[in-house]
Amino acid sequence: MADIALPSVEAKSSRSEVIAFVLMVGFFIVAPAFIYPVFLMKALCFALFACAFNLLIGYGGLLSFGHALYFGWASYLTAHSAKVWGFPPELAILTGAATAALFGLVAGSLAIRRQGIYFAMITLALAQMMFFFALQAKFTGGEDGIQAVPRGYLFGLVNLNDQTNMYITTLVIFLAGFLLIYRIINSPFGEVLKAIRENEARAISLGYKTERYKLMAFVLSATLAGVAGGTKAIVLQIASLTDVNWPMSGEVVLMALVGGLGTVFGPVVGAFVIIAMQNYLAQVGQWVTVIQGVVFVVCVLLFRRGIIGELANLLRIRL
Amino acid sequence: MKRLVGLAALTAALMCGTAQAQQITVKIGVMSDMSSLYADIGGPGSTAAAKLAIADFTKANPNVKVELLSADHQNKADVGSSVVNQWFDVEKVDVVVDVPNSGVALAVSEIARVKNKAFIVSGAAASDLTGGKCNANTVHWTYDTWMLANGTAKALVKTGGDTWFFLTADYAFGHALERDSGAAVEASGGKVINKVRHPLNTNDFSSFLLQAQASKAKIIGLANAGGDTINSIKQGAEFGIVRGGQKFAGLLVFASDVNALGLNTAQGLTLTESWYWDLNDANRAWTKRWQAERAAAGKFPTMVQAGVYAGVTHYLKAVVAAKGASDGKAVIAEMKKMPTDDPLFGKGAVRADGRKVHDAYLLEVKKPAESKYPGDFYHLRATIPAAEAFRPLKDGNCPLASG
Repeated sequence: MADIALPSVEAKSSRSEVIAFVLMVGFFIVAPAFIYPVFLMKALCFALFACAFNLLIGYGGLLSFGHALYFGWASYLTAHSAKVWGFPPELAILTGAATAALFGLVAGSLAIRRQGIYFAMITLALAQMMFFFALQAKFTGGEDGIQAVPRGYLFGLVNLNDQTNMYITTLVIFLAGFLLIYRIINSPFGEVLKAIRENEARAISLGYKTERYKLMAFVLSATLAGVAGGTKAIVLQIASLTDVNWPMSGEVVLMALVGGLGTVFGPVVGAFVIIAMQNYLAQVGQWVTVIQGVVFVVCVLLFRRGIIGELANLLRIRL
Repeated sequence: MKRLVGLAALTAALMCGTAQAQQITVKIGVMSDMSSLYADIGGPGSTAAAKLAIADFTKANPNVKVELLSADHQNKADVGSSVVNQWFDVEKVDVVVDVPNSGVALAVSEIARVKNKAFIVSGAAASDLTGGKCNANTVHWTYDTWMLANGTAKALVKTGGDTWFFLTADYAFGHALERDSGAAVEASGGKVINKVRHPLNTNDFSSFLLQAQASKAKIIGLANAGGDTINSIKQGAEFGIVRGGQKFAGLLVFASDVNALGLNTAQGLTLTESWYWDLNDANRAWTKRWQAERAAAGKFPTMVQAGVYAGVTHYLKAVVAAKGASDGKAVIAEMKKMPTDDPLFGKGAVRADGRKVHDAYLLEVKKPAESKYPGDFYHLRATIPAAEAFRPLKDGNCPLASG
């Protein structure tokens, strides 16, 4: 993946990461005071989705073009289990995540047999297959989606219809997912992944069963994308075709690209930028798409490494 | 004496104060697809229609102050739902209007119910909005799938189109359209010869169209929408289906689609609308104002945009009757209580399930030679009276209708 600019500075110290993490958590704690909480929760879900995607491309070097499959199907299953089967929210999200993990295992074990563009195309094809299934299946509601998903009571105690409780829950889920990804990246497993990204042939010659590592990364990424999708279904109380359709797979690539591939914080920033554009530009009417286009062109021309990637490079730190 | 005059002046001033009706402020949010496939059906034209309605109403009722917001839901249910949440919670919007795309409209309807605000649907087609998923905060104004399918099918069978072939988009929406109109065809004594299902958003209709042509059915029913309908009509014209004596029946086609297709391609297409700009003088006069507001002389308003005008007008009347817009349910109840009366849809009523009922028209697209001026799209083939145009109240399974 030499054509994707990754941050070149590999400083030993991760103090910058700790500071950035504290800043990020601090921001999310005070943010609801001046930013609309529903928007923040939605952005947090997408941030987790982008982080999960980044685990695969940024560290495993695998460009999946079908991540909407895990995100969207998890949100369908979460919505369905909460609404029809009456699951409490935590079980509903787990159901969604388990679905995503299962799909990830099937799709991953097929896709990792090929590399580069073939890998991307296989993931896209499988995702589209499941998109058409979602379009036809009865329980997904086709075009109409699943509406009025109950938020319910977390562990039977915490009323999630309360905005503050919902926000804290979403934030905790996001932070847990974020830290898990951080842990994975910095574990021996993560080191092997990076080795595979840089030179798979050499990793094989060193005795690593690269296929297993790649599959593992794929399933982890799909599962976390599923957690994000499930949480989103509970937060926004809908699951719709938008989440399983291919533009969603493209959007998450953009989030990671705009924020910075292979950076820990990049996808979070990228997700916030893209979601903020969708949300706040909605008010300017027909110019949305034009403005989005211009922003992307500017990003590609000025921030080749993504916003955070560029910043890290400038300050010579790791982010 | 001076004091007395002063006192008199003060009383007079006070009396003026009480005589002047109570000041009411209303905030309206028009949410539509501003940039994509439904932008010409609703979109900026809906915002223009809402502006006209507000201008007319506030001229007659200067004590009502109306603010207007608009947003593009980009056809994403989650964008629509988060913007509407924000409108209700932060911007204190009282009513959301239009919202084409049934997925987004159903989501908005649910939010309006939870937050007790009002929602006036014009652009969305789903008959579920006043059926199983109805609620006391939603009014569905212009049309729905039942009206289109039923109106077109019944009226066509009556005028001799008694054998049908369906070209159906292969997903829930297409199936529902095919099922509803097929039932209407058979109920009116017609016959469905065959049907064929095509994948969603396909580009090649040739094999489907050839089957339709070979079936010798008099009517080819298009149970699809948007780009699929446009493509099937375009390719049908290339196969000479209409010249061969068969007719296309569009089950979800709008004036803006006909305008985009051009009469040469669309001629002979039969469809149902609940409003046509060239139907009477009031509509024509309004169309002129709309074109000026929209700054687009070559565009013609669709029934969806007319529905936004009429819906907003009736909503504002109800707000005055309810003395304020803050209680969404009360305003909607007022809308159902008052008979509707506006220059575009005439006199009508909003039913208990939130369904607005009015006449519908069976229209046939003219041949290019018959069209005398731009926008002269249709022959009026039949008028479907309000009582028959919409799904009977008891058939919708709406809990509001039974209780």
